[in-house]
Amino acid sequence: MSLVGASIRRLEDPDLLTGRKRFIADLAAGCDAVAFVRSPVAAARIVGMERPNGASVFTANDLSGVGSIEPILYRPDYFRARQPLLALDRVNYLGEPIAAVIAPTRREAEDVADAVFVDLELVEPVVHSSGALTDHSPIVHQGAESNVVVSGVIDTGNVDVVSVSAVEQVELDLTCHRQSASPIETRGAVARYDMEAAKVTLYASTQMPHVLRTAICDLLNMQEADLRVVAPAVGGAFGQKMCLPAEYAVIVWLSRHLRRSLAWIEDRRENFTSSFHSRDHRYWIRGSFDGDARLVALEGDLVANVGAYSCYPVTWGVEPLMAMAELPGPYDFQSYRVRARGVSTNTCPMSPYRGVSRPVLTLAMERMMDIAAERFGLDPVEIRRRNLITQFPYRSTTGIVYDEGSYVASLEKAAEVVDFDSFRRRQAEARDDGRFLGIGFSVFSERTGYGTPAFAPRNMAVTPGYETVEMAMDPSGGVEVRIGASPHGQGLVTTLSQVVADELGLPLKSIRIVHGDTDRSPYGWGTFASRSMVISGGATKLAAGRLRDAIAAVAGDILEAAPEDIRLAEGRAVVRGTDRGVEISELARHAYHHTPKLASDREPGLRANASYDPAGTFSNACHVAIVEVDIETGGVRLDRFVVVEDAGLLINPVIVDGQIAGGVVQGIANALYEEVVYDEAGNILTTTLFDYLPPTASEIPPIEIHHLETITDASVTGAKGLGEGGTIGAPAAVINAVSDALRPLGVQVMEMPATPDRIRRLIREAIKETA
Amino acid sequence: MSSLRAVTLSVNGVECKVEVEPRKTLADTLREDCGLTGTHLGCEHGVCGACTILIDGSPVRSCLLFAVQCEGVAIETVEGLASDGQLHPLQQAFWDHHGLQCGFCTPGFLMLAKGALAENPDLTGDALREVLSSNLCRCTGYQNIVTAVEDAAARMRS
Repeated sequence: MSLVGASIRRLEDPDLLTGRKRFIADLAAGCDAVAFVRSPVAAARIVGMERPNGASVFTANDLSGVGSIEPILYRPDYFRARQPLLALDRVNYLGEPIAAVIAPTRREAEDVADAVFVDLELVEPVVHSSGALTDHSPIVHQGAESNVVVSGVIDTGNVDVVSVSAVEQVELDLTCHRQSASPIETRGAVARYDMEAAKVTLYASTQMPHVLRTAICDLLNMQEADLRVVAPAVGGAFGQKMCLPAEYAVIVWLSRHLRRSLAWIEDRRENFTSSFHSRDHRYWIRGSFDGDARLVALEGDLVANVGAYSCYPVTWGVEPLMAMAELPGPYDFQSYRVRARGVSTNTCPMSPYRGVSRPVLTLAMERMMDIAAERFGLDPVEIRRRNLITQFPYRSTTGIVYDEGSYVASLEKAAEVVDFDSFRRRQAEARDDGRFLGIGFSVFSERTGYGTPAFAPRNMAVTPGYETVEMAMDPSGGVEVRIGASPHGQGLVTTLSQVVADELGLPLKSIRIVHGDTDRSPYGWGTFASRSMVISGGATKLAAGRLRDAIAAVAGDILEAAPEDIRLAEGRAVVRGTDRGVEISELARHAYHHTPKLASDREPGLRANASYDPAGTFSNACHVAIVEVDIETGGVRLDRFVVVEDAGLLINPVIVDGQIAGGVVQGIANALYEEVVYDEAGNILTTTLFDYLPPTASEIPPIEIHHLETITDASVTGAKGLGEGGTIGAPAAVINAVSDALRPLGVQVMEMPATPDRIRRLIREAIKETA
Repeated sequence: MSSLRAVTLSVNGVECKVEVEPRKTLADTLREDCGLTGTHLGCEHGVCGACTILIDGSPVRSCLLFAVQCEGVAIETVEGLASDGQLHPLQQAFWDHHGLQCGFCTPGFLMLAKGALAENPDLTGDALREVLSSNLCRCTGYQNIVTAVEDAAARMRS
């Protein structure tokens, strides 16, 4: 029986449920503790520093010979900022590390850090992207001509011609405020110094152990063989742990130079001020529609606040450039003119967060579709039906090729599930009672599993994408699968085991997945961008196929049959059409211990490797939110949330649904609750989980998930990625629903999170206008 | 640095003698001095609930208590849930219903649910969601946690 497609329970869970699993903070025992002295202001010159007598304090001056974080994007309009590991002569954001303190315990280290006095001469900060773009704004980085540190333009050249004949133009200004991915586990690093090998092992809460090793070795001028990076269990990441944190490099430097074992466990306040932030986009877009309500041209001006420094390896180009390339989403039009800019400010650096730009660009496109529908007197389903792509492969106006999907089918299925027509009746009845119900649709594409062919056009100095898997069967018949991906909650150990078990006809208990250890697993790019099941899964399937062939060859020798006649199932290799067979574990013994029995050209042992580097595959989905808005308080209650998802073949449906539900909740949070707030001076006003408002079980309705399964040949497993879709689609569905609810008042919501305060302001303004 | 105080804690029915600073939280003491790292710290300011344990059967945030306050009370942590290699019904239900992803918040949710069900074995629906809103989970979207606790409650009643 096939395991692929079965909702088996996760192999990861027993250790997590019993508290046995080790996370980063669980590995700190026996280490001295590190705490960081951080900038209390957004922008200042460092004039001096006083440290307590006898305290162990290290500054940039101690780190001589160490490089700066300086990610490179080969684009003429890219500004290469230098980020010192510890601030040199100025600080550029609140929370920037200035010095590292070492003490026997974390509590004592924090006491010392508090007692270090840093003399700062304040400089006028640049906080918001709107201010940063004005002529009189200070410029964050010396040597830059402006605060625009990366920009791009796409112009198909025919927008003006096409839009002249448009019968409707929909123009909107849209804001998505700043977020933090806020994994429940903060960042942390434990560096163990091995005196005998003169080698550091860095245990780090990270999504990409190999890339982290490369980055740190480049900075510290080390051989990669002298640093081992291990990702223990990681307590959520969502992108916040995919880029290089300066702190991790400092810990390795200290451990190497002091020959000591050291631990730094971030606290929540540091996580809010100094770990990577996300979003903070402002868009202007204008769509031109013809008489049939078809979008014929789109213009955009997209601005992303990218913070104080560029993130390694993806750079601060990742948000604006992705927004520019993927704004068209699932809609069919070929006239496009867009400018995208990344703007540097005195705020925390940004790292891609689940969905990257797509929650915002989906919001933009889906808001535009709803407004256009109103103008044309169409319902939100019909306008989308007329504009969605239907022919595959589809080449978008920006040159991206979409593989087969079910865009229209997912929309129609969603409309059927929510019974759109009867909702409209219910909504009208509710309005007669003074209640404001609304429905919001969101259709989107999720580009997933991109390998180097998709990353190459970005011109990053580091081009990620492929994955390699090394597989070996040991003499007892067990299979070790060493992967470069680095799962942290996605259940990849389970799903990859399902793939291997099916290929080799073995039970799950015979399979071990090894990941997250640079001394044990092949070089890989880790886990991000909804890539693991597609790319690492693909490499796993390819390697398993090769291992199957190797096992079949040994079986052929032993059973005196042709390898192609051997079938592996239920732990046995059998000759097709006969009852002759042998246990696979016995073949493993033969392969290692009885090689004289095998064909003379047979290599000893059983092993196989494979790499996979696909161009990528598009998942698609339609989300529908039904809300009720209390116009007195501005509060939004979610009554229903429906997802119709097409992520190709489902390897483990229950894990798939878990990814979707978790993603949707982060999207709802983006739409209604979460915001990192900076004041005009660059102080963060939201430094606790109490202020930041991640949603709890009470705010979230049950999420209903339906599947379509379009099988693509762009993925060798047939699976498409889906880790981000929930977060991408949900904000637009929720904001469209809130706007639909408030339509009788003439309110259009163009800002998220749509907090009660903001909704009330919109209602007040609308009432004032009509009065 | 302040002086150390000798404290005897009762954790999962076992005596744990430790010497700690008065300012040391119960969470840090359990993790560092008792060697029980299954209790996790997500915020250290009492919001996320990852460090939830039971004291005399009631869920509390172990990051908001000092170890020196906890002599003479019965402390239960996630390590005490399974017995003889048998998962507790809550652990089994979380496993069966995919009630965890990264698993970092899970010990806190298990202990919260254990305490809540001890107080009201019939907890379900919105009332259950209200109780579970004490803790934060970033991965699951909560639905599977709610389902798991409802299922465990049913198993524990029967």
